[in-house]
Amino acid sequence: MAVESFEKSVDRALADAQLRKNFAFAMGNFILKRRAVFSDAEETERLRALGNAIKQRALSRLPDLLEQLEAACTRNGIRVHWAETTAVANRIVLEVIESHAAGRVVKGKSMVSEEMHLNAFLGAHGIEAIETDLGEFIIQLAGETPSHIIVPAIHKNKAQIAKIFHDKVPGAPYTEEVAELNAIARRTLRRKFYEAGIGLSGVNFAVAETGTLCLVENEGNGRMCTTVPPVHIAVMGLEKVVEKLADLPPLLRLLTGSATGQLVTTYVNLITSPRRAGEKDGPTEVHLVILDNGRSRIYQDPELRQTLQCVRCGTCLNHCPVYTRIGGHAYGFVYPGPIGKILTPQVEGLEKAGGLAFASSLCGACEEVCPVKIPITSLLRRLRDESYSREPQGTVPGRGCRQNLTERLAWGGWAFLNTHPRLNRMVTALLGMAGDYLPPAGPLERWMRYRTEPQFAGKGLHRRAKEEGIADE
Amino acid sequence: MSETARDRILARLRGAPRQEAPSPDVPAPAAAAPDRAARVARLKSLMETVRAEVHVLPAAEWIARLKEVLGARAIKTLLYAPGTDLGSAVAAAWQPDAAGLPELVAYAEPVESFKERLFGVEAALTTAAGAVADTGALILRPTGAEPRLMSLVPPVHIAVLRADTVYPSLEDAMREGRWAEGMPSNLLLISGPSKTADIELILAFGVHGPKELIVLIVE
Repeated sequence: MAVESFEKSVDRALADAQLRKNFAFAMGNFILKRRAVFSDAEETERLRALGNAIKQRALSRLPDLLEQLEAACTRNGIRVHWAETTAVANRIVLEVIESHAAGRVVKGKSMVSEEMHLNAFLGAHGIEAIETDLGEFIIQLAGETPSHIIVPAIHKNKAQIAKIFHDKVPGAPYTEEVAELNAIARRTLRRKFYEAGIGLSGVNFAVAETGTLCLVENEGNGRMCTTVPPVHIAVMGLEKVVEKLADLPPLLRLLTGSATGQLVTTYVNLITSPRRAGEKDGPTEVHLVILDNGRSRIYQDPELRQTLQCVRCGTCLNHCPVYTRIGGHAYGFVYPGPIGKILTPQVEGLEKAGGLAFASSLCGACEEVCPVKIPITSLLRRLRDESYSREPQGTVPGRGCRQNLTERLAWGGWAFLNTHPRLNRMVTALLGMAGDYLPPAGPLERWMRYRTEPQFAGKGLHRRAKEEGIADE
Repeated sequence: MSETARDRILARLRGAPRQEAPSPDVPAPAAAAPDRAARVARLKSLMETVRAEVHVLPAAEWIARLKEVLGARAIKTLLYAPGTDLGSAVAAAWQPDAAGLPELVAYAEPVESFKERLFGVEAALTTAAGAVADTGALILRPTGAEPRLMSLVPPVHIAVLRADTVYPSLEDAMREGRWAEGMPSNLLLISGPSKTADIELILAFGVHGPKELIVLIVE
């Protein structure tokens, strides 16, 4: 069912010329910027190998590092919470907010909070969560979801944003000047930072060694959310932990270079504790919510575990020929693009989201640029296999959900045909003569919807080999 | 309830098949460290490309340059940190005759009672604890005397950096500064004024943080 609706949303996205134009322009731009900052191919390869090694090392010690992180944070005065599901994580956030009787939360950009659908949850409990990253602010006003991990409002152009601001921000004039739109956001949100009782953020890396949360950003809204309100709540997926501070420099280079083609972001914000005695600002309480939501299950499979190396830079989106043409919304889930295609089916299950793994030509562009070298195409193939798997053991929910009699018979027939030489010769000869007249119906019709009709050679390979005098066993 | 969630998550992770020995770190090629002049030059050029204003000047001249920078922008209020070397120097320089100079605002009380003043001030002066040459960023280690929000809330941020604290790389800064042995409550890298490209990838400055970053590098 999800597969059908995915196909429909793809058709709709492909028919939207403005959307395709916006994405083609933006993704092309990102590709050039990344290339400029990673111009030394040898050095880039070294850096990617290092990034991969750091994340693999962290994953190999994941439970130990999480415990170490918890101990270090606790020592520093950061309160650590664990959540197996997004529902529990939401509940924890709500309890902290309610314990401070706060009615408003300012939010920095966080994909995990999108995964939690936190804003809707808080809204249902009478708490206003205000997105403060400019892109997130735009799409929140528009009542939409992010279409890109890094630039969430990239599907909108100036005119569309001008209209949203004019309609939704009290007193905002209609303007398509980016500097003025920017100023409207600054004015509106400064007030919110000033007043908010709670700031919420994600985490880019959590350092087990020192109990430090590392956040990168360009706007300063992340620093506002984590520094101005008296309470800061950080939410992170459990795969964000790294072993030591010394792991950060290469990871930061890889993350910002891959994400936006920057050598470094405007701000790298390392938070190690709440306000200490004698300090005049900073939150007096910092909470860290560590979310599982299927990650510990993904961790069970040594191959699929590599999904958890992801640093959420979004460069696989930028380089994906599918994403560039359909944009982020068509995927129908929080994480779009190649990373979404391997992550979402494992979290949501193959029945619901397994179709995503098939929405790829396996061209491998994502894999060539992934800063931590996740073998994305291998994992896509693996998830496709899992969809048809008949093995009893396995960790991916919904495995085997695509098994069906037609395919089983077809592959059974194929195997039979290719293990019986006489029959094989007969059918090959027959297809050589009549193949081009096959009626475009059933599976062939589906196949041909996006592909040209297969052309059958008049003579099979075996026969030609024999005619040319080549030994054919 | 949280406690048991923790135990279950950790138990699941511990129950997973052990990964083969993780690949070792890939060592960086040993590169000759650039000399101080080269480090300062690289820092300046990188920070200027992201629209920071960078002045390199002899130590004796920084107060005069600060006054010029403030005057050029007709800044009326300057937030400073009393109790720091920098703060004392500024207070002293303002002492004999502050006519024509911006009013000095001291960050001398907790933010709770100072918020309104803080959000109204036009510029702030802070120390940079160091800098990173290869990516072009300042290192700030806010303290009780020089709080976190000084480098964030006022629209103009002026930072004073000693040229001998410009490290070749972040790795060097971490190692030589022994960061792992004790992190401050908040440590920041700042490479320029606040910016965004969220609308059509068009670069715009000063979205939430300072609109201008001015760095005085003193030799």
